[in-house]
Amino acid sequence: MELDLDVTEQNGVAVLAVKGEVDVYTAPRLREKLVELVTQGKHRIVVNLEGVEFLDSTGLGVLVGGLKRVRSHNGDLSLVCTQHRILKVFEITGLTKVFSIHDTVDAAVAE
Amino acid sequence: MDPSIELEIPARPEYVALARLVVSSLASSRRDLTDDRVDDLKVAVSEACTNAIEAHHSADSDDSVVVRCTELEDRLQIEIEDRGSGFDPESLPEHPPVTDPERLNFERGLGIPLIKTLVDDVSISSSGDGTKVTMSMSCAAVEFDDSDLDFDLDDLDDIDFDLDAPEAEGAGGSASS
Repeated sequence: MELDLDVTEQNGVAVLAVKGEVDVYTAPRLREKLVELVTQGKHRIVVNLEGVEFLDSTGLGVLVGGLKRVRSHNGDLSLVCTQHRILKVFEITGLTKVFSIHDTVDAAVAE
Repeated sequence: MDPSIELEIPARPEYVALARLVVSSLASSRRDLTDDRVDDLKVAVSEACTNAIEAHHSADSDDSVVVRCTELEDRLQIEIEDRGSGFDPESLPEHPPVTDPERLNFERGLGIPLIKTLVDDVSISSSGDGTKVTMSMSCAAVEFDDSDLDFDLDDLDDIDFDLDAPEAEGAGGSASS
């Protein structure tokens, strides 16, 4: 199962585009990438979930861990997501109140 | 007996996607479920299989995880069975409220609340020998519509299928007339 992770930079913000399925098998790679970005000093991160086909609580946990890491450096991690099926797991778990979720990368970067 | 499909997957993370695929394929092809409900079921199956695999890992077990799908008249039932060391489903730790900064210290423990919200019914039985999560989605079987067929299904009753008969005439080029 493929998980594509592509990092670009926009106005000094690291934009991590995630494509594929995020579950117990692939989530460790997402975690490693987020840790790597924070280690490189990227404390403002936008995770673009528009290419994600599936995400369960393991993926949610990794994103929560990423948010905790950047906040410990006074940074922030926000999300881009418009897909109902992905947003639903954030809504059920109440995490829509924890993450700032945007419709576009531009809006997330401009925050 | 109700039609049932049983899948045994190795207790390894890379097989969770296979369990999702099998259950969602069955749900979307055989049952009257909307795409949204099939997506809900996929997440629930993924959560239950992830917990099962982690239970096997904690118990150092090489056994397979069993995923059993049973087509009942009014619902699709999915059972996920592991051979881990079990847990008390009534005493799951509660997370702090999402507005509490402490919430960020909890990366796990969302699986069972998600399952309970996404499926129509769920029960969990657990002992020292393992855990079985039984969940179901209310849905009728897909009605088979034979109006598009260019033959009458009743005609099939008149055809005499003799499997012991010699090769059909003309099929092998050696039949005599």
